[in-house]
Amino acid sequence: MNALKRIAGILWIIAGPLAIYYLARTAISEINKKPVIDTKIQWAVFVIVFIPIAIGIIIFGFYAIKGEYDHLPGSSAEITD
Amino acid sequence: MNQPANEVQSIRKIITASSVGTLIEWYDFYIFGSLATVIASQFFPKTNPTAALLSTLATFAAGFIVRPFGALVFGRLGDLIGRKYTFLLTLIIMGSSTFAIGLVPGYQTIGFAAPIIVLILRLLQGLALGGEYGGAATYVAEHAPPNRRGFFTSWIQTTATLGLFLSLGIILITRHSLDADRVKSIAKFNEWGWRIPFLVSIFLVIVSVYIRLRMKESPLYAKLKTEGKTSANPLKESFMRRSNLKMVLLALFGATMGQGVVWYTGQFYAQSFIENICKVDFEQSRTILIWAILFATPFFVVFGNWSDKIGRKWIMLTGMLLAVITYRPLFGKLFSIADEKNKTEVLDKKQINTAIKPIVSSENSLRTIGTKHLYDDGTLVTETKTDTVYADAGKTTLKPDIKVSKLLPGKNYWLMVAIVFVMILYVTMVYGPIAAFLVELFPTKIRYTSMSLPYHIGNGIFGGLTPFIALLLTTIYTGDKLIGLYYSMIVAGLCFLIGVLYLRNTIDRDVND
Repeated sequence: MNALKRIAGILWIIAGPLAIYYLARTAISEINKKPVIDTKIQWAVFVIVFIPIAIGIIIFGFYAIKGEYDHLPGSSAEITD
Repeated sequence: MNQPANEVQSIRKIITASSVGTLIEWYDFYIFGSLATVIASQFFPKTNPTAALLSTLATFAAGFIVRPFGALVFGRLGDLIGRKYTFLLTLIIMGSSTFAIGLVPGYQTIGFAAPIIVLILRLLQGLALGGEYGGAATYVAEHAPPNRRGFFTSWIQTTATLGLFLSLGIILITRHSLDADRVKSIAKFNEWGWRIPFLVSIFLVIVSVYIRLRMKESPLYAKLKTEGKTSANPLKESFMRRSNLKMVLLALFGATMGQGVVWYTGQFYAQSFIENICKVDFEQSRTILIWAILFATPFFVVFGNWSDKIGRKWIMLTGMLLAVITYRPLFGKLFSIADEKNKTEVLDKKQINTAIKPIVSSENSLRTIGTKHLYDDGTLVTETKTDTVYADAGKTTLKPDIKVSKLLPGKNYWLMVAIVFVMILYVTMVYGPIAAFLVELFPTKIRYTSMSLPYHIGNGIFGGLTPFIALLLTTIYTGDKLIGLYYSMIVAGLCFLIGVLYLRNTIDRDVND
């Protein structure tokens, strides 16, 4: 199971940039189709909000590859760093 | 024998006091969303109704997006000064903002100041909500016995849905109470009566503040404080320490993001879909949701209680999986129930009424053609077409305004209630156990901060934007009426996979650490 958790980490790392690419591509295409302030605001909000989340999933994938989720802490005594 | 009885009484008081306040906060937050169309006409330029609705939804979304910031601000405060005073403060901010929205003059009176003030108040609402939930869930969980944490916190979990129920109920009652004549009452509601649900909030908040003032601090937090073991910097300890940050990320990607989209699809998007895509009558679309909520709400407690016995993980993940698999057929069925292509029109019952009213200070007139179609199953479809009749005979309205409203007969109506009930049942599965799950994931001294952020990113951003993104998808890909569901299905599916792989199903007996 731990091997699978680590391998799947690669998927999460790839999912982050893919999500950013798809979001940016759709935003540019939609703004070009209808270049009004409403469209620009909507898509700017989406891009600003979802980019940090995409970065979050990259970090999550990185931790998974490093084996951070092989064992989850059972008490706060295990939170040592 | 007396001790356990006292304990039960005491925990009941704690649950009631926490739940009432949280319920009111959810009520305050959702009346805005439930009145999106009316608010659009009051606070945003009316030149383009879709733009106005999108602007309101954007304001609505702003309320959601700011929630994670509220989680950081108030979560930190809750870990620094205590749970009791922090969630008292969030209640006061929420109540005052809601009351103030009810007082803001419309766009026609004060111009662009109106939408700006409303936006600021909406942001304050979002900020307050961001701080409320984590506090209430933590407070109740820190009072609950270890083997009953899921059960006790599930009462807090009912409040979001009951807040929505209360908001819909008060809106419908107000809409019909302003005049003996139904049409006049609705007109008055749209003009000024929509303010009443906002103003009513102040009384609810006063009662709740009174109740909360009498509550004591959480025993676990009070103990930490006495021992001087509270966190000096909860934000740093929550998000800069690898061992805690990894749990925050796991809570978000393995639980709350999927839970958030299932919550908002089953309740908000379902209602929006029934009203805007299926074109079901305003009131029916709301009462369908009200009935479904009423029947499904007890299941929050059922699943919360069950999670104390079999663990939280599999109940939540089953809810997500069922949502992914069945959303398309369920929404497809909702659409087909209302679709007149599946019905035969009773032609001799067709009625056409035309009314022409002169437009003030113009030679032109406004023509309204109302056509009523009755179908064999009892569905009544009313099509109202409004256009301008120009004095200049050669000039015609390029795009008349056409509104369609369908009134469903009993059998179809209750079928829709049953379908929405199933979707809310998924909500109860993913949401009932999640407070206990989140509380058990983090240590007491940074619990408020650590659990609030993933909860509000999952619910505020992933969940709260669901109706907005779904609506946007239907405008981009116009060929498929169910295209909006893909957002929820992809997010819930991804969350399910992460949850299966990385979450554990143990119940943490000791949250004192």
